[in-house]
Amino acid sequence: MRISISAENRPIVIASLFIVVILLAGTVYTLSTTGTAPLLSPRYLLQLLQTGSFLGICAAGMMMVILLGHIDLSIPWTLTAAAMTATAIGGDMALPMALAVGLAVGLLNGFGVAYLRIPSMIFTLGVDTVLRGLMVAQTGGFAPQDSATPLMLFLAKDRLLGIPVAIFVWAAVSAVVALILTRTGFGRSIYATGSREGAAYLSGIRTRFVIVGAFVMSGLCASLAGVLLTGYSAKAYQGMGNAFLLPAIAAVVLGGTHILGGRGRYSGTLVGVILIVLLNSVLSIMQMPEAGRQIIYGAVIIGMLLVYGRNQRVTS
Amino acid sequence: MSDAIVEYRGISKFFAGIRALENVDFACSPGSIHAILGENGAGKSTLIKIMSGVLQPDAGEIRLEGKPVTFPTPDAANRAGIVCMFQELSLIPDLSVADNICISDPPRRFGLIDGRAQVARAEELLARVRCEDVDPRSLVRELSLSRRQMVEIAKALGRKPKVLILDEATSALTSRDVQTVYDLLAELKAEGVASLFISHRMHEVDALCDTLSVFRNGQHIETFSKGEKSEREIVHLMIGRDVEAQFPPKPPLTSADERGTPLLKVQGLKWENKLNGVDLSVCRGEIVGLGGLDGQGQKELLLALFGALRDVDGDVTIGERKGIPSSPAGAKSATTRMALVPEDRKTEGLMLGMPISDNLLAASYGKISRGPFIDPALARHAVEDGLRKLQIKIGSADDPVMTLSGGNQQKVVIAKWLMIDPDIILLNDPTRGIDVGTKQEIYRLMRALANEGKAILFYSSDYAELIGCCDRVSVLYDGRVVSEQEGDAITEESLVAASLNIDVEAA
Amino acid sequence: MHAVNWKRWLLQNVGFASALLLLTVLYISYNILHPRGFSSAVAVQNANETAAIAFVAMAQTLPVLLGGLDLSVGAVMTLTSCIASHLVNGSPAEILFGMVLTLLSGTAFGLMNGLIVVYGRIQPIIATLATGAIAIGLALLVRPKPGGDVDGDLNWALTNSVFDFAETYGLADGGNAWWLRPIANIPVPVILVALIAILVWVPFRRSVTGRTVYAIGSAEGPAFMSGLPIHRAKIAAFTIGGFFAACGGLYLAIQTSSGNADIQQAGAYTLNSIAAVVLGGTSLLGGIGSAIGSIVGAMILRVISFYFRILDIDPLLQPLIEGVVLLVAVSFGAFRTLRVKNKLDLFR
Repeated sequence: MRISISAENRPIVIASLFIVVILLAGTVYTLSTTGTAPLLSPRYLLQLLQTGSFLGICAAGMMMVILLGHIDLSIPWTLTAAAMTATAIGGDMALPMALAVGLAVGLLNGFGVAYLRIPSMIFTLGVDTVLRGLMVAQTGGFAPQDSATPLMLFLAKDRLLGIPVAIFVWAAVSAVVALILTRTGFGRSIYATGSREGAAYLSGIRTRFVIVGAFVMSGLCASLAGVLLTGYSAKAYQGMGNAFLLPAIAAVVLGGTHILGGRGRYSGTLVGVILIVLLNSVLSIMQMPEAGRQIIYGAVIIGMLLVYGRNQRVTS
Repeated sequence: MSDAIVEYRGISKFFAGIRALENVDFACSPGSIHAILGENGAGKSTLIKIMSGVLQPDAGEIRLEGKPVTFPTPDAANRAGIVCMFQELSLIPDLSVADNICISDPPRRFGLIDGRAQVARAEELLARVRCEDVDPRSLVRELSLSRRQMVEIAKALGRKPKVLILDEATSALTSRDVQTVYDLLAELKAEGVASLFISHRMHEVDALCDTLSVFRNGQHIETFSKGEKSEREIVHLMIGRDVEAQFPPKPPLTSADERGTPLLKVQGLKWENKLNGVDLSVCRGEIVGLGGLDGQGQKELLLALFGALRDVDGDVTIGERKGIPSSPAGAKSATTRMALVPEDRKTEGLMLGMPISDNLLAASYGKISRGPFIDPALARHAVEDGLRKLQIKIGSADDPVMTLSGGNQQKVVIAKWLMIDPDIILLNDPTRGIDVGTKQEIYRLMRALANEGKAILFYSSDYAELIGCCDRVSVLYDGRVVSEQEGDAITEESLVAASLNIDVEAA
Repeated sequence: MHAVNWKRWLLQNVGFASALLLLTVLYISYNILHPRGFSSAVAVQNANETAAIAFVAMAQTLPVLLGGLDLSVGAVMTLTSCIASHLVNGSPAEILFGMVLTLLSGTAFGLMNGLIVVYGRIQPIIATLATGAIAIGLALLVRPKPGGDVDGDLNWALTNSVFDFAETYGLADGGNAWWLRPIANIPVPVILVALIAILVWVPFRRSVTGRTVYAIGSAEGPAFMSGLPIHRAKIAAFTIGGFFAACGGLYLAIQTSSGNADIQQAGAYTLNSIAAVVLGGTSLLGGIGSAIGSIVGAMILRVISFYFRILDIDPLLQPLIEGVVLLVAVSFGAFRTLRVKNKLDLFR
């Protein structure tokens, strides 16, 4: 029993330790250059979490899909499409319409993967391309003039009790996802379906419904992230979602979720997101050029996964 | 045994501290057919894996024709002439038959694989196993299970084995193929090949083997020649205690009127070319067997009733309702609940990597939830209940289910379904590849469930089980029921005759 | 007997055959619609635009056959094109040396991918996601700003017809030799892709290592049990994938006479390579397909974009049409699932 639990938690523990290492290394750097330690100030950390919340919400949805052994490559343009729809519509209906976009994309993805049984890798890629096409056709290739509504600005930028509202939103999404995964039949069915779909189906689990449900969650999360990001940057723009796809996958995997599905904990994804956001932030403080960032980014993922894999039994 | 081809001395193997084999001495001599017997978990499969280079022993030495050797990979063992046919077939579905047969050492020209020579070699080997009907250019995934098993045998022959290991090699074969394999083993014996034969079917062992070795709890108990011991003594060696009556007593035979309306009534069930109009009925309190040779539509019948097949024709009445459920989810949640213990527990019955508790609860999330949320107390209670009812021996319910032995895994599948308290239980060969002790527990459980008023439809490839367990047996042949037998009229003779679609009385 | 063989080939290669048919129909009607259709000039232009993605699609094929995915192919192509933009100029010997070094660097990167996947036991998709970032980082180091210098003769010779190639280097009587005549109008990129496919892919497929790649993708357990060289095959697949990606990078550098460490472009190539592989009849589950199919798939993708030019479609609608075509094309595979009578077969 101990072995299996620690195997599940091992990546989470290692990633958490690595977060501490990054924090310390960054602090040593700032102390040696400027003599200050901004990384350890609560204000900085809160700001870090605020900017991390967009990635965190994307990763929460992505995790549900990855637990099924699938992947959602449509996140970038789902996010963008939701943001652009929200700003185009404006007013009170902005947020519901953005979520409706996410819901629709999720349903479409789920339909293609669960009912047509097209590999998610290619189907969601196609959906992403179509969404991009729709947005380009709609906006004429220019950034839309429309800007964020007051509600979006509030959700992304304001503070409650000194804490950014965006963090509350992320926390709420996290609570919902964690609750679904651990405490509902739907959540357990995601694990079962990701583990062995045939056996889950013969156990009377409605696996197609489960797959559609997970993609819908992913679409909803992406659209919510789009709304927040629009609020944060005060407008929606082409390609605003491009920077979220690969980091979201990386965060989920660094958190110990198995890329082939069936295994993983939500707390791991949280830790993975924080790790990636913190790493990015420390690299900007160090004024690392893009080349170095990319290399370090790749090396960290490989290095962490190598550490996770050590001492693991080979299953044939 | 200095004349042994291969000799194993003091072999031990541990998995995470648990003994799989301990200090085993074992040898096989040329020109013999040697049976290895033992319950599941006795160490047979570990021994085979060590012999074939899949696993490395933790201690001990291997001598090949007197010289010490090691087999770090299956390839090394193959080159030394030790060839194994695994229970899980080792064929590659998307490659052609010829590719598969020649896979480890294909004929080459200029360093590249020579397709034509490969086909010729495959044809030759297929002819040797009397499978001229198999086209070497067709893909393995296009073949039926029994044909695949014969291709597997041809592949093993192509490696010119000195020691040939057959692990449950005949489990899916037709009777004609079984005879072919018998003849082939006799030929190989004359050529001086040592064959090791692992089977749960005593009559096969009896018919084929000249030497028998019994394993129990990771130890080699005894090796003796055929005929030295009675079947009873052998079983005693295998399980280390006496067996009581194998099957629980049946209730007295009832007439159709006394049984009342059937809970499950099937008329003219048709699907593709596998089911050609099946008629049968099962009442509460009854165990109805499905007999016949493998592949006569039994598996498809069970899947069709459970809603896993599309475009099924025919009249089916389940409880009060007409019609077949549209999916397994529908089948388990209808007023008359159905459960299916599927054919392959590893891919269809269980999520192997998931904890035992999750596997047990997989069919009954609705029952343990309050509102949308799972109630942890209810869940824990349900898991404990299931484990206790079936006496599943485990370390912790959080362990992955793949850490359990085959018998306990099957019990998990059954326990999963008992949690929804099904009215109709469909069983697809639930005792295949399971040790004697667990088999008996399953027989007793089936009878107890029937006595509780459940209707059980039970397919088995083992005639003894059908005779011992069932109130009635419907024998399938080519997708139809060709014979229905009741009570004492169910005999091995009548079942065999019906499964070959011969009328005994007329003959 | 021949008819039987033909029929079996068709049944076993439905995906590839339909891709080939689709390409033929698309390309012939394209040429009919094109004002200068069926001319060498059009073919040369088309071939130039297709060569790089064709190489990258070949590179993607091998990891996909293993049942994995290589998210670094576009990045490796970018890295190698940046390297080539520094090295492929000067004296003929220097040019040759530069080309060899470019191909070697891509191959080495592929080898690294393979080693990480095999000995690090990391799933290919994640390992290459990370190494892809590393490749882009290296490309940015090699060429922080777009630019570079590639030998002009080489650019001209490799991006035109065989006749121009021979003329540039004074081969075969300046391109007028009788034996060159029949092939003089074929675009050089077509020859290059075909040559690489015939010299590298075909022998690989017929080697034990190549067959092992198929076996692993189809069923890894049985492949191991059958004593096949699993590790060697996986490493070889990624290494050869790296080589193909480097071919793409080298060609792109020669074609554009420059290198550009463009992250967006690298990502687009990677995603297009996956689409090309799938369109070419290779199963994302592994074990079925071929690099030749992926070339066909890449050509289909490109031909679709050629249509935009001649049909005068609003450029703003082009991405949408591309996406819809891709989605519809992959949805054709769904007809199979509607015919499946045993629902359990869907889960394999």
